[in-house]
Amino acid sequence: MRLTADNLKIRRGNRLVIDELSFAAVSGEALLLTGPNGAGKTTLLRAIAGFLPLESGNIALDGGDLEHEIGEQAHYVGHANGIKSSLTAGENLEFWGAYLDAAASRAARRDRVLDALERLKLASLEDIPAAYLSAGQKRRLGLGRLLVADRPLWLLDEPTVSLDAASVALLAGIVKEHLAGGGLVLAATHIPLGLSDARELRLGQMEAAR
Amino acid sequence: MTPFLTLLRRDITLALREGGAIGTALGFYLIVIALLPLGLGPDLNLLSRIAPGLLWIALLLSALLSLGRMFETDHEDGSLELLAIGGPPLEMVAAAKALAHWLTTGIPLALLAPLLGILLNLDISAYGVLILTMLVGTPAISFLGAIGAALTLRARRGGLLLALLILPLYVPTLIYGIQAISSAMLAGQSFWPPFLILSALSLGSLVLGPLASAAALRIQLQ
Repeated sequence: MRLTADNLKIRRGNRLVIDELSFAAVSGEALLLTGPNGAGKTTLLRAIAGFLPLESGNIALDGGDLEHEIGEQAHYVGHANGIKSSLTAGENLEFWGAYLDAAASRAARRDRVLDALERLKLASLEDIPAAYLSAGQKRRLGLGRLLVADRPLWLLDEPTVSLDAASVALLAGIVKEHLAGGGLVLAATHIPLGLSDARELRLGQMEAAR
Repeated sequence: MTPFLTLLRRDITLALREGGAIGTALGFYLIVIALLPLGLGPDLNLLSRIAPGLLWIALLLSALLSLGRMFETDHEDGSLELLAIGGPPLEMVAAAKALAHWLTTGIPLALLAPLLGILLNLDISAYGVLILTMLVGTPAISFLGAIGAALTLRARRGGLLLALLILPLYVPTLIYGIQAISSAMLAGQSFWPPFLILSALSLGSLVLGPLASAAALRIQLQ
């Protein structure tokens, strides 16, 4: 599978945030988006997910499912966690598992939820309403979405915000596993995630990206 | 279970657990109707003549209170954009959320109406018709309301704007809802024509509401 972007131009308000950007990434590869605040990292991820219209250029996922949009084949982890505070941690993940992967059997989905809670060290908090979780725990719960439904492309926007060092390592392990399984990861981050072979795409300096 | 039912079940669970929206709507309805006889005086004939209209208008305003939250909470915690790209079409998401709003607000309000009818000396023969017309008419409130809720999603303090946008769309439902109850109370008038038009309005809104609110949500998510 191969994600290619050709001569992207994306405008936010009156400002051309992304100007003539081209890049490609293949299965098993992580692309780290770096750059100063306002360089367009979030804009680029949201455009790939399909929220923002492109002014010109083209984004394609070769080898993906042609019947579905790129966004539907992607997990998007944004600044907000997508967690309902009056549902318990377990119910939150169960909802996303059922919504994102309706074809799976109930028992299989339940197994994945328990497995995800275990891996993210949230198993003891399964029955606690998410309102009582700390910011870092909520973040981990939000990342649990990555584990309860399969999506080949992961778009991670600052996934390490409010995570402690141990949790960052946990996330790095999950990302590596996804890459080893032939997945593709685009992450906007200031922390290298412990991915030694990840390529870096520096935004905000268009000359360097070309 | 399909994504539609999954989302519907989640929204109903949230509405029941958080309780605030249902409580506010029912409480507001009760207060408005309880105050009306005090303001209008003890003229029982007058009250029973205007009761259908008062019950409908107060129901519309009560439902309006909770409409603004239909997409707002999901937008704030980031769920809405995940629902939007999760796979099922955005129209389905909007339909599930509007249906959940009807089940948790429209139906309780419609069931409370006959109790409040006692306060307004509503004619005894009109109770069955009252519940029936309100159950048939309230889906239009939720599904048309979804359009306004989607359009005003990112407007700060969008409550007034929502009311201005949506109340004109409610006028046909209001007119035929009241007409259906009134004609059932009066001899020589047929209940069916206004009731069938009311049903048609609700059926139309079931189609129009999700399509229009999904289009509005796409713009709001940019």
